[in-house]
Amino acid sequence: METTTLQKLADIEERVKKGGAPKYHEKLAEQNKLFVRRRLELLFDDEFQLEDGLYANVTEESLPADGVVTAIGKVNGQTVCVMANDSTVKAGSWGSRTVEKIIRIQETAEKMRVPLIYLVDSAGARITDQIEMFPGRRGAGRIFYNQVKLSGMIPQVCVLFGPSAAGGAYIPAFCDVVIMVDKNASMYLGSPRMAEMVIGEKVSLEEMGGARMHCSVSGCGDVLASNEEEAIAEARRYLSYFPANYRQSAPMAEGKTPPADARPLSQIVPDNQNVPFDMMELIDSLVDEGSFFEIKKLFARELITGLARIDGRPVGIVANQSKVKGGVLFVDSADKAARFITLCDAFNIPLLFLADVPGFMIGTQTERAGMIRHGAKMIAAMSEVTVPKISIIVRKAYGAGLYAMAGPAFEPDCCLALPTAQIAVMGPEAAVNAVYSNKIAELEGPEKVKFVQEKREEYKRDIDIYRLASELIIDGIVDPDHLREELIGRLVAYENKEMQFSERKHPVYPV
Amino acid sequence: MQQVQSTMAGTVLQVLVQPGDQVEAGQDVVILESMKMEVPVQSESSGTVKEVKVEAGAFVGEGDVLLELDE
Repeated sequence: METTTLQKLADIEERVKKGGAPKYHEKLAEQNKLFVRRRLELLFDDEFQLEDGLYANVTEESLPADGVVTAIGKVNGQTVCVMANDSTVKAGSWGSRTVEKIIRIQETAEKMRVPLIYLVDSAGARITDQIEMFPGRRGAGRIFYNQVKLSGMIPQVCVLFGPSAAGGAYIPAFCDVVIMVDKNASMYLGSPRMAEMVIGEKVSLEEMGGARMHCSVSGCGDVLASNEEEAIAEARRYLSYFPANYRQSAPMAEGKTPPADARPLSQIVPDNQNVPFDMMELIDSLVDEGSFFEIKKLFARELITGLARIDGRPVGIVANQSKVKGGVLFVDSADKAARFITLCDAFNIPLLFLADVPGFMIGTQTERAGMIRHGAKMIAAMSEVTVPKISIIVRKAYGAGLYAMAGPAFEPDCCLALPTAQIAVMGPEAAVNAVYSNKIAELEGPEKVKFVQEKREEYKRDIDIYRLASELIIDGIVDPDHLREELIGRLVAYENKEMQFSERKHPVYPV
Repeated sequence: MQQVQSTMAGTVLQVLVQPGDQVEAGQDVVILESMKMEVPVQSESSGTVKEVKVEAGAFVGEGDVLLELDE
């Protein structure tokens, strides 16, 4: 072969791998952003990577790789597929070959049944190329169709470094988890300029579609990272809890004890049902040290959701946080729970419910927001779970709150109570007022106080947790300081659980 | 000027600060009673209490202003 033949290949490869013009690389640096190939180096275990479509649009010098890198590599030893926008090439916008490359890496991930990671930093469609990339059978719509088809089959992870605009904003929306870089990442259907033109609204990008807003208000973001390195490290850590696909078990790790200075559970949980305590501290004392990976930490904080390990076994935790909004379930927390439960169930991660819940929120505001249908969504997701399902009643579990937290009627593998548990339609104060309202209204002064006190005590005896255990409503009462050992044993015992929830196609979702 | 808003609907059980008090971000400033739970409400920012908009026993909806702060 002529040396010029080889030299041509080397020259073109070198040019294409440099991405866009130097001025766009300078802009990246100004924005504290990394070049797409550097991001891939950080994501993969080692430098080696397989790449398809490097020469896409190669005759067009200003569009190296057509603005997207599609690669195969390893994360935590597991083969994964990756799509990564190159924002130095026409702001990462999509032309027809960009779209075709994304569709092909999706097809590869589907055939190999391995996780697919989307590193997103894109201005959206190239409007000048719309006929080639927007409406057709293998146009951009197919990317989203494929995402829906892959959902629950393989893990789909999105790390958002920059904009994800208009239709492109649906890539994160169809992923299992969205990790966003604070200040740089954004998601929006219409840009601030578009909003001003079309609806007359004057608003900043950060306010309307910024990372912090999406992670704390809209719920479109799951993890807020302070920089790109951290975001990529979080994606790697997230994937360590997941199998390659729905047919495999979630990976084990070496077991660790909780931190040596963790307080025992018996000191964390107060007897008084009405005062808040920090459920996060309880989780830290229960799980392997440093293993808790919180999902939606800043969103609907009255409910905690996260992945963890107990003696090395992966587990998804759903827990009420009485420190925030009394731990009451709201529209957003029910939504957050439903989504997390579905995630764990899809990928064979056992679920642990830690209940301390006064119920679903009542009052005009939440009723108007559709509390009932959002609550139904959570209960439906929890009902359908076929992975090991363990319900721990930590303190109160009132009304439909008991149901939502995998109460006895929802076929948990076990429903265990701590001695502080209190299960009832409602708490003693509310119940006595409801049942004896006429009588209480007739009485006055000390007589009234005495009557109410007596009835409350009577009510408490009626719902005594030992009585519920005696009636086999719950499966046992556990010493809080032995809860971790109990859970280790239960997770081992239920390891080979096999069940099918139903034969039908799918439910009519109460969304 | 910063505001502290009610995080949920409920009844004001206790107001923990007075006009002129210095508060820190994350400090409990009002305790609500809602769904039979005591629900502390924290100030998101630091500042001096300018005005207290509610008193014990009042009903507040989610988002109602409880306090105004001067930074």
